[in-house]
Formats: sequence, structure tokens, C-alpha cells
Amino acid sequence: MRTGTNPVPALLRGIGAYVLVALALAFFALPMLWLAAAPFDAHPGVTASLPDFTLANFKRLWNNPNAVDSLASSLILAVGSAVLVVGLSALAAYALSRVRIRGRDGLLYALLLLSSIVTGTAAMVPIFLLAAELNLVDSYLGVILVLTGGLLPAAIFILKDFMDTTPRSYEESARVFGASPLRVMWDVVVPVVRPGLATVGVWTIAQVWGNFLIPFLLLRSPDKSPAAVVMYTFYTEGGQPDLALISTFSLLYSLPVVLMFLFVSRRYGFRFHGGIKA
Amino acid sequence: MAATTSSADPSPAGPQGQETAEKGKRRQAREEPERDAAGLGRRRAAAFLAPALLLVALFLVLPAVWTLYLGATDYRLTGIPAIDPAFVGFDNLTKALGDDGFWRSLRLTLVFVLGSAVIGQAGLGFALAWWMRERTGRLRTTLEVLVMLAWILPSSVVAFLWIAFLDRDGGTLNELLRTPGAAWLLDHPMLSIVVYNIWRGSAFSMMLYSAALGNVPASHLETARLAGAGGLQQLRDVVFPRIRGHILTNLLLISLWTFNDFTPFLITAGGPDGATETLPVHIYKTALGSGELGYGAAISFLMLLINLVVAVIYLRLLGQRNKSGTAGKKSRTARRKARGSGQKEAA
Repeated sequence: MRTGTNPVPALLRGIGAYVLVALALAFFALPMLWLAAAPFDAHPGVTASLPDFTLANFKRLWNNPNAVDSLASSLILAVGSAVLVVGLSALAAYALSRVRIRGRDGLLYALLLLSSIVTGTAAMVPIFLLAAELNLVDSYLGVILVLTGGLLPAAIFILKDFMDTTPRSYEESARVFGASPLRVMWDVVVPVVRPGLATVGVWTIAQVWGNFLIPFLLLRSPDKSPAAVVMYTFYTEGGQPDLALISTFSLLYSLPVVLMFLFVSRRYGFRFHGGIKA
Repeated sequence: MAATTSSADPSPAGPQGQETAEKGKRRQAREEPERDAAGLGRRRAAAFLAPALLLVALFLVLPAVWTLYLGATDYRLTGIPAIDPAFVGFDNLTKALGDDGFWRSLRLTLVFVLGSAVIGQAGLGFALAWWMRERTGRLRTTLEVLVMLAWILPSSVVAFLWIAFLDRDGGTLNELLRTPGAAWLLDHPMLSIVVYNIWRGSAFSMMLYSAALGNVPASHLETARLAGAGGLQQLRDVVFPRIRGHILTNLLLISLWTFNDFTPFLITAGGPDGATETLPVHIYKTALGSGELGYGAAISFLMLLINLVVAVIYLRLLGQRNKSGTAGKKSRTARRKARGSGQKEAA
């Protein structure tokens, strides 16, 4: 094909590329090795090594009441937020996509920027004061509402893109038959944008599942703490981190998001649609 | 705020617009005659919007405004100002601007953002996307899954993984390099969290650039290759002009995310001796560590301003592209064609 190309440099370039790929593989795999090895090790250290195989760590974890409860808490928070975010952002994105409201794009962009800036540490203090004012401290609902408020702008952004690209002729014919707008949305629009709703749902669950700061700030009683917070309470009597519990718990805690990711990427493919601003 | 809105205006069309100009036009044409296909009407549309806007206003906008207000008081966690905070105006801001700790922390944040996001994540993400572009098979899938795993694992877990990986006595890295006792987190704290963040976040850039590269027609690359363009030349002349919008969107998002990232705290706790105290960590330590809530809020406000400036710069660059888009593209194509044919003749 390439006339005049010397085969030797081409070969070297090929080898070079594979050396780089091998380095990339090692870079991404090495820090995770410990997570695969330590939970099955009878005496885990910080080194990733072939385990002295045992399942005793899982049994110990099962007997630790905090651990199991915390996973249930995480589940409540994640599912609650996902339902709210998907439902409200779908309604809002549909309205924004179909009805022209002045200053819409500017508003959306401003909210998106605000959400990426504020959700972190910047607004920590006011969020706590606000929750105290609304009697939402130490309640799941408080955490869900705060997280939902922070995630909604980006969710609306993603979904509006999906809604913009759906054909409108079906909606019109449904309307001719006398369906109400809510009915049209439920029966006609929702089935078409299902991949978009799935994307937003999965994204929300992953965000909430990993969030440490908001539940740490707002949930006061230990039995309500989600997994992200409880992870920092596993210490031995000597005050050392209990590596057996931490590694085993990390594995169990990571598994749901990993499985969800694998399922969704198999099913829909994790591709960016249209306006990629996820 | 006005500046953001006006410069933001062209951008929502932007990232879609650059896929193909025709698609944008089609969309516009479609939107004009049948805007409101479901007969929503303004009032019902407002009702659809209301619940989402209410939550956003209450839990996002209100805390932001509250931060502004707190920044102008001497509110504290304990003591008399905790009960009855006094209004101090711009005192907190001037105090922060005169404080070496603030500037040091800002400098560290910029190093963190430039090193780990703008150079690290964007560069590695692009390299991965470029390599994977026309490959399939087990090697590619393995690499892709590993990169994505690093991105989706919960941050508490990831922080522990890196603490264990870099551990002084028996961490996996020291075992591999045969450097027992090398204290990475103490001797090279900034380098450690920069490398950590590249590991953590490259997946996003990889995905975004993969999508963008899918929009570069293979025939153009082929033409350039036949005309004798090397790899770097192809990138510069064919690929980068086409995905400029994606590059900017990506840089904007990862810069903002990295700027506000709190995870370094879970690994180094800002130490040793403040060497990794980026702005979010600095605010946390000021507000909750020393209990100076008002002063912490004022630094939050400064951070918000810096974020806005960064966002406006990126959005301006995006807007420029939109304005000069069509003209620039034409001349570029012409130039490319001329160069291509010239080289062919020479060969």
C-alpha cells in the first residue's frame, strides 16, 4: 500500500504502539489489583498479591450490622434520587423542547454551570443550614432532595437533546385523537426516548451511589449512613484500618455500579448522543 | 452574569452544530412550523417545568446566593458570631486576597487542573480514543473496560485503592519498582494526586473523543494518507479542525470538575503541610476545620468567580468558532486540497 515506506521503521512503530498500550493497561489495572485480591486473603496487607484464599472476610462482613444496613441506605438514596431526577427532568425537558420560552438556552447553560460549581464544597454550609431550617436533617428525603436539585440541570440538558431529535408527527396524530399532553408524553414520547431516560437514570444512580459529602453532612444517626460514609468507620481495636473489612466491603459496594455499567453498555452502548454534554 | 448568558447563547447549538451544519439547519426548519406538536401551550409547559425548577431554585440557587450573603458576615461555627453574625461587607474578601494561604492554594489548584485535566486526561483520553478508533477485539475491550472501571468506582473506594497502591511499606507500586520505603505521598504529593486524577478521569475524555472521531469521515483521512500526510499531519489538518468544538466542550467540563474535586482530600487530607491543599480542601479546612464559616464562604465566592471566568473564556472560544465556522472550513478544505494535489504531483 504505502510505496516507499521502509518496513523497519513501520515495524518499530508497531512495536512502540503496543508497548504504549501495554503500559496503559498496566497503569489502569495495577491500582485495582488490590480490590480483586485482598477480599479473599486471610491476612490482607496493602500489597496486592495472590491471596491465601478464604471467604471468611465475607462472613465477618455479613455479621457486621452497619455494613449491610449501609448498603440498604445507599440503595434507598440512589433509587429515590433516580426516580425524582428522571421523572422531573423528563417533564421539564419535554416542555423546554416543545415550547419556546425566552432566554431558555441561557438559563439552561447558567444552571448547568452553577450545578457543576456549587454542588461541591462551596455551598456546604448553606446547604446544612437550609436542611436544618426545613427539618430535613437526618432524613433520607433531605439527602435525596439536595442531590436531586444538584443533578437536575445536567439531566435536563441531556434529555432535552434526546427530545429535540424525536419526530413530532406522532404527537400530533395522538393529539388529533384527543389525548391530553400528559397522556401524549407517556404513551408517545417516553417510549421513543427510553435510551435517554436509561442514560440519565444510570448516571444519577452512579453519582448518588458514590456521593460522600451530602450524606456525611446531613445524616446524623449512624444506622442511616450510606456505604460511602460507613467505609470510614472500619477500624480495628488498635485504631488501625481493618483492611479485611475495608477491602471486602469495597468489593461489595463497587459491585452494583460495575454490574449496572456492564449491563447498560452491553444493552445501549455508552455513547454520547448529539450534544455530548453529559 | 449578563456576559455568560450572551456568550452562552450560541453554544447549546454548538456541540451539535459541528456534527454537520446541515443537521442543524434541518432541526431549525423542523422547529419553526411545528414547534408545539403536542399542543402543550405556555401554561401547561410552565406546569411541566415547575417541579424541576422549584427543586433547583431551592437546593441549588438558594445555597449559592446564601453563600454570597454569608461571605459578607463574620459567621462562625462557635462563639458569639455563631448566634448573632455581624455584617462585615468586603472585609472577608480583602482578607482572603491578602492571605498567602489563599494564593498558594489557588496556585496548587491551577497546577492540579492544568496537569491532571487539561494535559493529562485530555491527552491520554485522546490517545486512547485515537488508538481504539478502528480496532476491535479482546485487547481493545479489556483496555476500555479498565479505563471505564477507574471512572465508575465510588470515590471512597478509589481513595483507599490509591492509598494502598502508594503505601510506603509494601504498597504495590513500591513492590513493583523495588523501591521499598519510598513515601510517594510525602515526597511527591502533588505528582501523586495529579497521576491519580489522570487515572480516575481519562475515561470521560476518551468517550467524548471517541464520539467526536466517529464524525471525522474515514475518506478524508484516507485522502490525506494517500497524499502522503504522516500521522501528526493528519491530526493537525484533518482531525483537529473538525473536532475543535468537542475539544473545547471537553476541556471546559473536565477543568470545572477538577477545579471543584474534593477527592484529593480523601487521599492526602491536604497534606503534607498543605502541599496538596487545593481550593476545595482549603475552604473545607477554613469553614469546618477552623470554624470560620463566613470567611470560608467568601473564599467559596472567589472560587465561583474563577470558575465563571474559566467558563466564559471557553464559551467565547466556542462562539468564535461558530461565527467563523463556515468561512474557515471552506478555506481550510481548499488549502488541504491544494496541498494534497501538490504533494501528489511531487510524488
